[in-house]
Amino acid sequence: MPAVTETLETVQSVTDSGYKWGFETDIEMEFAPKGLNEDIVRFISKKKNEPEWLLEWRLKAFAMWQKMEEPTWAAVKYPPIDYQDAYYYAAPKQKVAPKSLDEVDPELLRTYEKLGIPLKEQAILAGVEGAGETPADSGRMPVAVDAVFDSVSVATTFKARLEKEGIIFCSISEAVQNHPDLVREYLGSVVPQGDNFFAALNSAVFTDGSFVYIPKGVRCPMELSTYFRINAKSTGQFERTLIIADAGSYVSYLEGCTAPMRDENQLHAAVVELVALDDATIKYSTVQNWYPGDAEGRGGIYNFVTKRGACRGARSKISWTQVETGSAITWKYPSCILQGDDSVGEFYSVAITNNYQQADTGTKMFHIGKNTRSTIVSKGISAGRGQNTYRGLVRIGPKAHGARNFTQCDSLLIGDQCGAHTVPYIENRCMTAKVEHEATTSRIAEDQLFYCRQRGLNEEEAVGMIVNGFAREVLKELPMEFAVEAQKLLQISLEGSVG
Amino acid sequence: MTAVTTTGAAAFLGRYEGLRARLPGARLPWVQALRDQAAEAFRRVGFPTRRMEAWKYTDLTRAVSNSSFGEPLTGVGDTVEVRPSAHPRAVFVDGRFRADLSTLDGVAFTAESLADALPGLEGRLGALARPENEPMAALNGMLFEDGLVVDVPQGVAGGALELLSIATESERAPAFHPRHLVRLGEGASLTLIESATGPLGARYLHNPVFEIEVAAGARLNHGRLQQEGFDGVFLSTVYARVASDAAYDNFTLNAGAKLARNEIHVALVGPKAEAHMNGVQMVADGQHADTTTSLDHAAPDCSSRQTYKTVLAGRSRGVFQGKIHVHQVAQRTDGYQMNQALLLSPEAEIDSKPQLEIYADDVKCSHGATVGELDAEQMFFLRSRGIPETQAKAILVEAFLTEAVEGVADEAIRAALARGVAGWWRRQGLPAGIEVA
Repeated sequence: MPAVTETLETVQSVTDSGYKWGFETDIEMEFAPKGLNEDIVRFISKKKNEPEWLLEWRLKAFAMWQKMEEPTWAAVKYPPIDYQDAYYYAAPKQKVAPKSLDEVDPELLRTYEKLGIPLKEQAILAGVEGAGETPADSGRMPVAVDAVFDSVSVATTFKARLEKEGIIFCSISEAVQNHPDLVREYLGSVVPQGDNFFAALNSAVFTDGSFVYIPKGVRCPMELSTYFRINAKSTGQFERTLIIADAGSYVSYLEGCTAPMRDENQLHAAVVELVALDDATIKYSTVQNWYPGDAEGRGGIYNFVTKRGACRGARSKISWTQVETGSAITWKYPSCILQGDDSVGEFYSVAITNNYQQADTGTKMFHIGKNTRSTIVSKGISAGRGQNTYRGLVRIGPKAHGARNFTQCDSLLIGDQCGAHTVPYIENRCMTAKVEHEATTSRIAEDQLFYCRQRGLNEEEAVGMIVNGFAREVLKELPMEFAVEAQKLLQISLEGSVG
Repeated sequence: MTAVTTTGAAAFLGRYEGLRARLPGARLPWVQALRDQAAEAFRRVGFPTRRMEAWKYTDLTRAVSNSSFGEPLTGVGDTVEVRPSAHPRAVFVDGRFRADLSTLDGVAFTAESLADALPGLEGRLGALARPENEPMAALNGMLFEDGLVVDVPQGVAGGALELLSIATESERAPAFHPRHLVRLGEGASLTLIESATGPLGARYLHNPVFEIEVAAGARLNHGRLQQEGFDGVFLSTVYARVASDAAYDNFTLNAGAKLARNEIHVALVGPKAEAHMNGVQMVADGQHADTTTSLDHAAPDCSSRQTYKTVLAGRSRGVFQGKIHVHQVAQRTDGYQMNQALLLSPEAEIDSKPQLEIYADDVKCSHGATVGELDAEQMFFLRSRGIPETQAKAILVEAFLTEAVEGVADEAIRAALARGVAGWWRRQGLPAGIEVA
């Protein structure tokens, strides 16, 4: 399939260098002895009853990973010693769970309260021992989804509806068993095993994730979310998602959770691959609110994710929307490979860093086909001692006649201990292409604050309102039910950063 | 004298070992220490490679790293003729100061050869250059032989000074690494017009390093016209330190050389310091031009303005990298940067990397970048009024460049610039004599 080759070549050309440092570490697996080696990979594959080709695929990834070095070019810092700790946490096995809500970080509980989460849900989200064991609570349904779609049974109803349309929506393990041809054709076709350090690690040891296939001409009748899937819980730190939109189809996929989840896995190295064929559209929305660590910067998730979509067909479209408020460290560049003529890539992002959070995020747009268009809107908000970096690439190939890109990156600073950084790369090899990039950095204007305060809002409310206005262009891209939650979330994430 | 040819970093290091005892300042321990430090840095890193973030888009492999260069001969260029100038002028041939060609009488400041002034430069030479960060500055620090030392005393209006660098025709492909030091005392002012040229067909490496100090309330207008011969390589690094209420105004025309890099590091270290950095890159078939700037806002209430324009013709490549770094103390910083590129050919490539790194909150910083071809509607407008295509193109390119040029306050620099741009047009076979601004 030449389209696949083209995707892979494009990817190859950008991932050739820049990864430095090797390390050795033991990974404690729930079901296997300490350490990560070929046997562990075989073990995972066997446990999941995988076909031979997938085992070979994993082993190849593992061999590549062993030769790779972890990237250090991102503007994020984490002491190696903590990283070793993180690896111990990375074991899918739960460490000592809190016995009751009393043992959970009170800050976390306060946040739940603000979001209006009932006590029972709080316990599940915080991972209190035994909290989720009553049957009605299985599936770890976060309240945001709960409020809209009442219970698990509703989800099952939806599943039947999807099947009627011919849509495949299941875990990737199920897909390997039931739709091996589809998985084999597309797995690794956008993010190959050796793409980068974390993707290689993921390819070797991924345990679960979502699989979506939308047949030709079908418009998916509802927003798909991992939470509809009963077996979605505890997919672990190495999640693998594959979404294929066949010709003329449409799907909107939601990932994430609006309530901060206490997670024992410190390292998350997920891979998401999207494939859009002729005239297909994929809209992928993320609200990421993993545990960011406490106010002193202790703990928190390392979120090292590889997300990439290939617009393989003519007139296809992939749109990424992300609201990143959680995680201690975010390293994430959802990208689009615009191969099909007239294809469209979009990236809308809000990233907040407060306390000691660090985010290095952005996108890559590869314009290969004619008249391909891309839009990038990134809003970074730094508060406390947070460091927020936008890093993006727009590359226009020599055949991308009439290609068009517009990029807007704005940063907002709250407090004098934080940092905001913008690192765009523009590479143009086509005369008829047009690229525009704008970036601004400023703080909340005194007059805006004064105006809000004068009308009776306290400072925190005023900041929340201004920040929401700042991020509005991105928030409006979110599906409705998420947008409301996300707004609340922005406000909560910034607590304690003013006054 | 036998020709010494070298290839690669090792050859340059070897040459240093050979010349160490004979280079200017060999008997001054502090000079020797500086050279050794630079040599150590260069030994560690060698020539920059594309794996270094700062050199991601400029590849030295063919033109420099794998090429061989010789030492410049002494006593060449006796036949060099320089056109007369209205301004005092310091002339360098293959990197060496030529008193016979220079006219420095009657200036209100000191301007002398670095080789002569060396004993009095302890603590000043090498105060700003960072051989450990910039490999080309390391190479310069190891092998510099000469340069211009300018001192404008406190309160003196120095007027204009030309710094002319001429490369000669030579089969030895000379590499020269002049080190220029410019210092303006409090409230002083100077217009420095730097011009670098070389003959067509001559292969050489011109690797100058500038260390510029602008004291409180002083103002330096620094115009740079890079019109090296098309087989020459020009890799220059400017370090400038600007004190409170002082201004550094840099305008660069990057038009010559097969491969050219114009790297400028400016640090605003006192409150209310200002930097204006503008530039035009005109790149034609077979050329590679790179402008890399880094601006350090290290004090409060400073402002910086940057406007860079690149025009590309034929099979050529243009690079712009610009970083604004705002330190935590630099509250109320006002930083602005714009870089735009115009592609006139389907074989041209432009790579652009503006960058903001901000650690203070009360700031206004922005950058913008655009890349595109000539606007079809504008072309149509001009053509429909009977203007021939080449002329129409020239008009639109001129309009495109105007924004970067109009920021140049100094008349002398503007006049020199207009000549440089006109020369570029002639070489493109387009109507000559187009006036810029």
